[in-house]
Amino acid sequence: MLKNKKILYTVAIILVILPLFFMSDFRLSLLSKFWVFAIAAVAVNILWGYTGILSLGHGAYFALGGYAMAMYLKLKAQPLPDFMDWSGVESLPWFWKPFQYLPVALAMVVILPVALSLLVGIPLFKSGTKGVYFTIISQAITMILALLFISEQGYTGGTNGITGFQSFLGYQMNDPMLVKVLYMISLGVLILVLLFNRYMIKSYGGTIIQAIRDRETRLRFLGYPTDWFKIVSLATSAAIAGIAGALFVPIVGIISPSSMGILASTELAIFVAVGGRATILGPVIGALVVNFAKTSLSESMPDFWWYFYGAVFVAATLVFPKGIIGFFNGKENRKWKPVVPKWIKFNFQK
Amino acid sequence: MQEIISSLINGLSISSILLLTALGLSIAFGMMGIINFAHGEFIMIGSYSSYIIGMYVIKNDSWSSLILSFILAFSLAAFVGWILERLIIRHLYNRPIDSILATWGISLILQQTAKDVFGANNVEAHIPSILTRGIAITPTISIPYNRLLIFIFCIVVCTSVYFYLYKTAKGRILQAVMQNRAMAACMGVKVRKVYSQTFAFGCGVAGLAGVCISMLGSIGPSTGQNYIIDTFLVVILGGVGGLRGTILGAILIGMLNPFIEYVTSASTAKVIVLTLVFIVLQLKPAGLVPLKDRTID
Repeated sequence: MLKNKKILYTVAIILVILPLFFMSDFRLSLLSKFWVFAIAAVAVNILWGYTGILSLGHGAYFALGGYAMAMYLKLKAQPLPDFMDWSGVESLPWFWKPFQYLPVALAMVVILPVALSLLVGIPLFKSGTKGVYFTIISQAITMILALLFISEQGYTGGTNGITGFQSFLGYQMNDPMLVKVLYMISLGVLILVLLFNRYMIKSYGGTIIQAIRDRETRLRFLGYPTDWFKIVSLATSAAIAGIAGALFVPIVGIISPSSMGILASTELAIFVAVGGRATILGPVIGALVVNFAKTSLSESMPDFWWYFYGAVFVAATLVFPKGIIGFFNGKENRKWKPVVPKWIKFNFQK
Repeated sequence: MQEIISSLINGLSISSILLLTALGLSIAFGMMGIINFAHGEFIMIGSYSSYIIGMYVIKNDSWSSLILSFILAFSLAAFVGWILERLIIRHLYNRPIDSILATWGISLILQQTAKDVFGANNVEAHIPSILTRGIAITPTISIPYNRLLIFIFCIVVCTSVYFYLYKTAKGRILQAVMQNRAMAACMGVKVRKVYSQTFAFGCGVAGLAGVCISMLGSIGPSTGQNYIIDTFLVVILGGVGGLRGTILGAILIGMLNPFIEYVTSASTAKVIVLTLVFIVLQLKPAGLVPLKDRTID
């Protein structure tokens, strides 16, 4: 693509560090939120762009990581959270108690999403359900998880979620320095995740999962246990999404069941689709572009925004299937071209 | 005893609604390899048709408003479905994952259109007042008329679809296209036309389900979203592309939900139903009654 990638990367690094010095706190925290969504989009991309499985339920993993962090922050602010008081829960439930300690909370940020993904992924992948069924079931799971969290108001804060934090890492919540610190942390984690992504693609596991995306049946006949590779890919993706969720909480100050809703989960997929599916930077670009459009347009035209947003979905699949990065990668990548005439599709030709 | 009877009747009417919705979805997936996430919005179109008829066309309390609602719902939903198929869906054959995203976008657009035209609040559709009462079997137990009507209507629709699919020539052509479209095309079947008509028909039936829903309660722009996930579970559970599988799936999911809800809470019922779907998928990954196919993919 561009001749000298090193120059491009240096310029990019400078561009993303500049806001620390020039942007207002409000915009800085907004941009930090965009980086967090970019991390979650990279997680979806690992599963979709590289393993070929679309999960429209990643909001569940994102929110589980978020709730783990939120429980820790809430217990720092109030030994007995206020919503428990309102719901008649007399003392801290046993499963809240470990979250007083930061190492436990940090471990749970990764363990909870991975546990859910294993609970879901192992039965589904081992029985060989089709990718599409997995997509629909992942949606059902995230919807039901949201319903569960909403109904157990005493334990999870219900529809309002968990909010009202006081401090994070020694900074008070309204400290302007915290905004800058969070920006650096979210950007740093994003860069780490991108480097992990780059390393993973070229590794043994990464090659196998890309082969799963392209020709899974052939791989199975060659003897590879594709179900386990898919399970591990899902678990990795869930862990990264959980980390993103944990970062989301101090930046935005709240976690609620709407973060695990169907709309939020589908948005992650559209970030990946808009930016470019099987690319490293695609999800980041997609997350930035879509969120930027969302914040600027949905305030000025709140009703019309939904027409535009829906059109983005349609355009990302019909007109620009390779996304923004694909658009710049060469004219032949711009529009999806069928290999055989569109209306004759045998079962074994994909 | 009243609770058991009302759970039973609730379950039957929910199963009927799920069946009507899932039929179009299942056939669309089995035939064209696309998943239509905007199906909930066709339900919504149907509900709003009954609202329109009640508000603007027939103000008195008669059965003709119901019949007109059904006709308008079917025609409007089928028409919108036909347009959708010609504009967008036909570029997405055999790309189920892309069709999920594209139709999700369409569903956002349709929901916003409904909000702009009818307002974001829920509205009540006008139904003949006889339907608000019920049969009293004993002095303490009664069966509401509207749910009974939904159930009977669903049986009528299913019987007609069964008759059409398995006893008429056009129905056989439809089955042929579903099983082996290339061969059907070689025999002279206009496959594209069959696709458009089937998709439109599926959407029309979803519109009819919308009228049924409007008989049960208030409707709004997000009415479709309440039923869409359950409908997909029905399609997955029952197996794609067939009447029998869809009926089985609809009965299972429609009946289990109210009964489990009676014992525990609504969200626990959904968890249990989803777990059951999981278990069934373990044993039969393609659903209870899959389309018989000799290829491995």
